[in-house]
Amino acid sequence: MERDPRVCVLGEDVGHYGGSYKVTKGLAEKFGDLRVLDTPIAENSFTGMAVGAAMTGLRPIVEGMNMGFLLLAYNQISNNCGMLHYTSGGQFTIPVVIRGPGGVGRQLGAEHSQRLESYFQSVPGLQMVACSTPYNAKGLMKAAIRSENPVILCEHVLLYNLKERIPDEEYVCCLERAELVRPGKDVTILTYSRMRHHVLQAAKSLINKGYDPEIIDIISLKPFDLHTIGNSIKKTHKVLIVEECMRTGGIGASLRASIMDNFWDYLDAPIMCLSSQDVPTPYAGTLEEATVVQPPQIVKAIKQLCG
Amino acid sequence: MASCHAPQASFFPQISPPFSADTSSSPIVSCRFPCRYASLQVSSPSSGTFVPRAEEKTKTERNIFACAATASRLVAEKPAPTKKKTTITKEEGLVLYEDMVLGRSFEDMCAQMYYRGKMFGFVHLYNGQEAVSTGFIKCLKEGDFVCSTYRDHVHALSKGVPARSVMSELFGKATGVCRGQGGSMHMFSKEHGVLGGFAFIGEGIPVATGAAFKSKYEKEVLKNDKVDAVSVAFFGDGTCNNGQFFECLNMAALWKLPIIFVVENNLWAIGMSHIRATSDPNIWKKGPAFGIPGVHVDGMDVLKVREVAIEAIARARRGDGPTLVECETYRFRGHSLADPDELPEKAHYAARDPILALKKYLLQHNLADENELKSIQTRIDEVLEDAVDFAEASPLPPRSQLLENVFADPKGFGIGPDGRYRCEDPSFTAGTAQV
Repeated sequence: MERDPRVCVLGEDVGHYGGSYKVTKGLAEKFGDLRVLDTPIAENSFTGMAVGAAMTGLRPIVEGMNMGFLLLAYNQISNNCGMLHYTSGGQFTIPVVIRGPGGVGRQLGAEHSQRLESYFQSVPGLQMVACSTPYNAKGLMKAAIRSENPVILCEHVLLYNLKERIPDEEYVCCLERAELVRPGKDVTILTYSRMRHHVLQAAKSLINKGYDPEIIDIISLKPFDLHTIGNSIKKTHKVLIVEECMRTGGIGASLRASIMDNFWDYLDAPIMCLSSQDVPTPYAGTLEEATVVQPPQIVKAIKQLCG
Repeated sequence: MASCHAPQASFFPQISPPFSADTSSSPIVSCRFPCRYASLQVSSPSSGTFVPRAEEKTKTERNIFACAATASRLVAEKPAPTKKKTTITKEEGLVLYEDMVLGRSFEDMCAQMYYRGKMFGFVHLYNGQEAVSTGFIKCLKEGDFVCSTYRDHVHALSKGVPARSVMSELFGKATGVCRGQGGSMHMFSKEHGVLGGFAFIGEGIPVATGAAFKSKYEKEVLKNDKVDAVSVAFFGDGTCNNGQFFECLNMAALWKLPIIFVVENNLWAIGMSHIRATSDPNIWKKGPAFGIPGVHVDGMDVLKVREVAIEAIARARRGDGPTLVECETYRFRGHSLADPDELPEKAHYAARDPILALKKYLLQHNLADENELKSIQTRIDEVLEDAVDFAEASPLPPRSQLLENVFADPKGFGIGPDGRYRCEDPSFTAGTAQV
């Protein structure tokens, strides 16, 4: 925002309140109420407003207080963010960033625990990334703001408290590249967002048992970085996808299809995919725990895959 | 905020009205006299409450044709327009006339071309509503924005998009204003400030609101005093029951955005009568609920529309915020060229054809003669012949256009298995790359 005066933020409680997860804390005091705009509760309209502002020269960042609320903005996200550049014959660019916390939290109930990444992945004209660490959160946010394309940045409710040392100097991550978290040779584990941390937890146990998993955080949910993923598969010949979204129509489903299309010859086993259950997230803690993939399941799957 | 029924000469208290205090010539007189739904209002105009008479209510409970008949009867009760003093110059009058003739002739040509198989899909024509487009858009200046719906050909033309570009777009040719990628319902022009062209109703209103927000941002954050662009959002009566309409009225009023919300109330949303869909059919009344002036104007009279437009635009430019203008208008054709063309009030409104009305006005006030007006029609006919010829002769979009423009930055298609960005693949420009 310092670098480019056209960058502005809009969303519910982003200004005076500092954001419901404090992501925009202090910004309104620094940049003013118009650059950090507190909107009324009207997702579809303020997302559309961001589109109109982007078309006419600004670079807005729209915050969905919870990603789930952006369901109300689906009209504008699909039709205008995604498609307007094309239907206008390339005349208007829509450099918006749409971001917000999604994913299953701690007993937030079904509607506040949604994973919209699978719902948005079919919309043409959108890019979608998921951050998982403080380092890539900052780098991806900068990249998304500077991109001329509309980008959806999926954050996670449970990852805001992560602490990490990040460089003082300026850096930007690449929106289209996956991140090699841990090199290995036995199996490729593809994951994103919070599940990266479940995978890392499971990996401790796996490494102790003598396995050598290669862990890739796919980062870019749309489009997939098939180069990084492919190079890994060519090395390990086995794939496990660990995701938080629903099994049906999820990111994993799409990723499996892409891998089959491109790397069939390199696979020694069917692609395994661990996803959340196809159920609305229950409130009760025990049930909620059972809906998402837990580290023991990941360990079990690797044992099954690798023998 | 003043509602139409408040007894004052102008609904904008700060402005000294350009016209005289003679209320019979005021464009908003139609609010103070019974407007279209007047017979539904039993209570006094200033009370603002709306109580349908018992017999009207039972009538509206019957089938659609009874409703239509009811609407026709209400329409018939409107008083005949009174003679006005001259409020425009000859030059202005001819500009208005030519623009409306262009709009009408273009749409008639569209119908011909559609039935000849030159354009396809959904084509929604603007016949009958020209006074609204011309009345507003001809008061705008370069740098202002217009946002429309799927009934957008004439808004684009009024804003200055060449007829050739619009016709080519309709023919799906590469020379179309959107390279053939948008079609009838997606007319965009960066050069002329046309922000669309939207297929879903209500979708364009937030976009117009965003353009107005940008105008304010540019002034207050970027400190660019020279900017005073306004946005005009056009939409229909059906849209006024949609959430985005109300959400944007709220935000525009809250932040005093330089936007004018123009309702083209033609009484019908495809086959749904406005009265059957809306609890209080007086759309102009919904402005004051958000703290912005709501005005009702005769949308078949371009001079009345223009007077309201001038005030509303000036108000927005000054920074005093938005206005809601309900234009009573009518479409002479079906909802789209694929829909039946059999609305009941057509005869009544045909008698109030805005082009004939302006013609009569110009002749009566000696601002033009028959020959001048005829030569305008001839000139427009030539423009249209040229537009059709141009569109016919233009090339179809090549396959290579398929993948262009999906992303402003085509890196958005990502990295392929070979490590290169997919857009770097030679077959990308041929439109045959795997993406």
